[in-house]
Amino acid sequence: MTHTPHQVVVTGIGLVTSLGVGREAHREQLMASTAPARVTDSQSFAPYTVHPLPEIDWSAQIPRRGDQRQMENWQRLGVYTAGLALDDAGLKGDLEACASMDMIVAAGGGERDIDVDTLIVEESRKRNDREQLLNEKLTTELRPTLFLAQLSNLLAGNISIVHKVTGSSRTLMGEEGAGISAVETGFARIAAGQSTHCLVGGAFVSERVDMLMVMEAIQGLGKDPKVPFWSGDGSANGMNLGTAGAFLVLESLEHAKARGAHIYARLDAVLGDRGSRDTDRLEQRLARLADNTGASGGGEDTVVFSGASGYPALSARERNFLQSRFPAAPMRSVGALFGHSLEAHFPTAVALACLALDDDAPVSPFAAGEDATTSATANTAIVTTVGHVRGEGIARLTRMS
Amino acid sequence: MSKAAYKDHLGRPLVAVTGMGVVSSLGQGVTDNWSALTSGQSGIHPITRFPSEGLSTRICGTVDFIDIPVPNAVERSFAFARETTIEALAQAGITGEFGGPLFLAAPPIEPEWSARFELGDRVKPDQMTGNAYEQFLAVLRDKADPAFHEAVLFGSISERLADLFGTRGLPVTLSTACASGATAIQLGVEAIRQGRTDRALSVATDGSVSAEALIRFSLLSALSTNNDPPEKASRPFTKDRDGFVIAEGSATLVLESLEAAVSRGARVLGVISGCGEKADDFHRTRSSPGGAPAIATISAALADAGLSAEEIGYVNAHGTSTPENDKMEYLALSTVFGDRMADIPVSSNKSMIGHTLTAAGAIEAVFSLLTISNGTLPPTINYDNPDPAIPLDVVPNVKRDAAVTHVLSNSFGFGGQNACLVMSADPA
Repeated sequence: MTHTPHQVVVTGIGLVTSLGVGREAHREQLMASTAPARVTDSQSFAPYTVHPLPEIDWSAQIPRRGDQRQMENWQRLGVYTAGLALDDAGLKGDLEACASMDMIVAAGGGERDIDVDTLIVEESRKRNDREQLLNEKLTTELRPTLFLAQLSNLLAGNISIVHKVTGSSRTLMGEEGAGISAVETGFARIAAGQSTHCLVGGAFVSERVDMLMVMEAIQGLGKDPKVPFWSGDGSANGMNLGTAGAFLVLESLEHAKARGAHIYARLDAVLGDRGSRDTDRLEQRLARLADNTGASGGGEDTVVFSGASGYPALSARERNFLQSRFPAAPMRSVGALFGHSLEAHFPTAVALACLALDDDAPVSPFAAGEDATTSATANTAIVTTVGHVRGEGIARLTRMS
Repeated sequence: MSKAAYKDHLGRPLVAVTGMGVVSSLGQGVTDNWSALTSGQSGIHPITRFPSEGLSTRICGTVDFIDIPVPNAVERSFAFARETTIEALAQAGITGEFGGPLFLAAPPIEPEWSARFELGDRVKPDQMTGNAYEQFLAVLRDKADPAFHEAVLFGSISERLADLFGTRGLPVTLSTACASGATAIQLGVEAIRQGRTDRALSVATDGSVSAEALIRFSLLSALSTNNDPPEKASRPFTKDRDGFVIAEGSATLVLESLEAAVSRGARVLGVISGCGEKADDFHRTRSSPGGAPAIATISAALADAGLSAEEIGYVNAHGTSTPENDKMEYLALSTVFGDRMADIPVSSNKSMIGHTLTAAGAIEAVFSLLTISNGTLPPTINYDNPDPAIPLDVVPNVKRDAAVTHVLSNSFGFGGQNACLVMSADPA
């Protein structure tokens, strides 16, 4: 290392989930001893249950109608949440700070035009020249600007346009792993002195039939709205997709202190890995990640924010590992309360951990009757995510206030 | 060699390139590509992958000579990346597990239309209610389709590369649009400079040309419609340039700290001496009129390399052949290089290979390093009608011998993405 390692702290939180808009809306519900009521929609996409977008006024963070029109909800949600994080950090509208701010966004793809796709599929049943049909319909029916709403890196592009964050712009992809890598990369750069302040996060919209299709291709989705997240045998009852936008402002401790920023928590370590999940290879890898992030033991003041997706047997393995590794630490099942949000899942869990580490009240259970209650305030948080097919990550955070 | 010789002007580890691989429409492998590129050959051809009659653009630079088990963007992008990585590791003399991180620039993935049609064919008559996706969901509830799932995940290309080559940790799959290839290299350089690894694998691949991809770019008026003859369509910096030619390819660079490379006796092909980036907040597809972000990106790359503009001997241009890019790029370059602009050769590989999108920055980095090691500047072909508003020495039509120590390579993309690399000769 050519630089003294820098401490990395979280100074801004932007969070939008089915529970509401903004940090405060979440704090009120999560630091209240009993598990908040889940907000779900089991009608619109029956038999599937999704955790929907809350009521939101896009104009509060995306003032220009023209900008709003250039995006669909996935990009709007990300841009909106990024704005919340900047606001929260006291950096919104600080042109100098934003112009030198790095940005790492975990992204999937944007919404498709379901009507056009349906039109083409319906027509294809009547015609043999499908490729010709495709050329005709795509040429005449696609809205030219929709491409930009679909492009993965245009979430970051829109953040640059709307919030003027232009120090750098990198978009990472690859489902849950993208969210892990985004936080890992931002952390590593600040720790090494390559960056002083960085906007990191992602967004995911669950109310998308095209995304449901992807997850149902492995029959991964839960189909019974009445069952709890965890089932009696320790496995989970299937993924329910959850809309979430989560952005964090990461800063070096020096940078945050110099401008008198409020510090939510210190990010001590974050690492990701992947590989075979045969036999106990997943558990071995999670143990290594826990060792290498210094995530071990922990009493009641250590809270584990598990990103278990709800994919049945896999989530059971994650839960068993966490229980044996952190027997005394209360666990919070992020997916139970917020649904599974793929690229945004890990950033969402880190944001929730920061809220808990900044509060004097203990964090409520997320899965009613499942997550242990606690009377201790959190001093350490362990955040995990196990991707529904690949990729695992662990972060460790510490209370600063 | 003293310890200090392994550090750059800021005391950071110098990052060497010890292996390279490339695939483009010109062919497979560094040797074939370089010989075609320096002889001014074009890889642009009529589209054969799908019918193009009636489309305004009917040409492309696809790679159709590498076998794939199923025709989709994931299989194609993976196959290209596998081939270039095998080549790069062989050149680097690395066998067995790679043991360092993987940074992969890959195209955003969507289901192929052939897959939607197949799903549509599986819909039973009583399931034909609601929109197409509701019908597909009914089919998938009846019978899972894990192969389809895997074919539409963004993480599936890096997964296979990681398994095949034994990279370490969670691979990073990234997109910074047309700057992605440069960003993959930048991430590798940063990881080595952080001291968390001695080596990194930077790969950029794009096998995503399909009817829908082409039509989307067409609808944004980004593509050349100079269909006849195809090889004359990409004409960067000319007065009658009218858009880019969509193309495919891949490149892999094995990056190592210079110290680690030398200590294991590896041949050093050059060093990545500087990386710069700066996002543009002006517009989703257009650059700031004054070119300020591009200027800042070039300046940042030079500063990172510890070089002044005077020390750059050649520029590997982004040079897409769109009216907008080439004008903006000239504005940015001429602002940075000032009076010296006329003396610095600037050529565009895209005149021959088209715009390989996600892969472009890495393919052009390989060609930049070959320019240094061979002392040959590849030409800008199809330079028959110079744009008088862009008075550059574009190395018109014919390669040129020139000793070059430091090269600047530009990448600019939709979404305000700008990334520049400075590559230099082996300091030894």
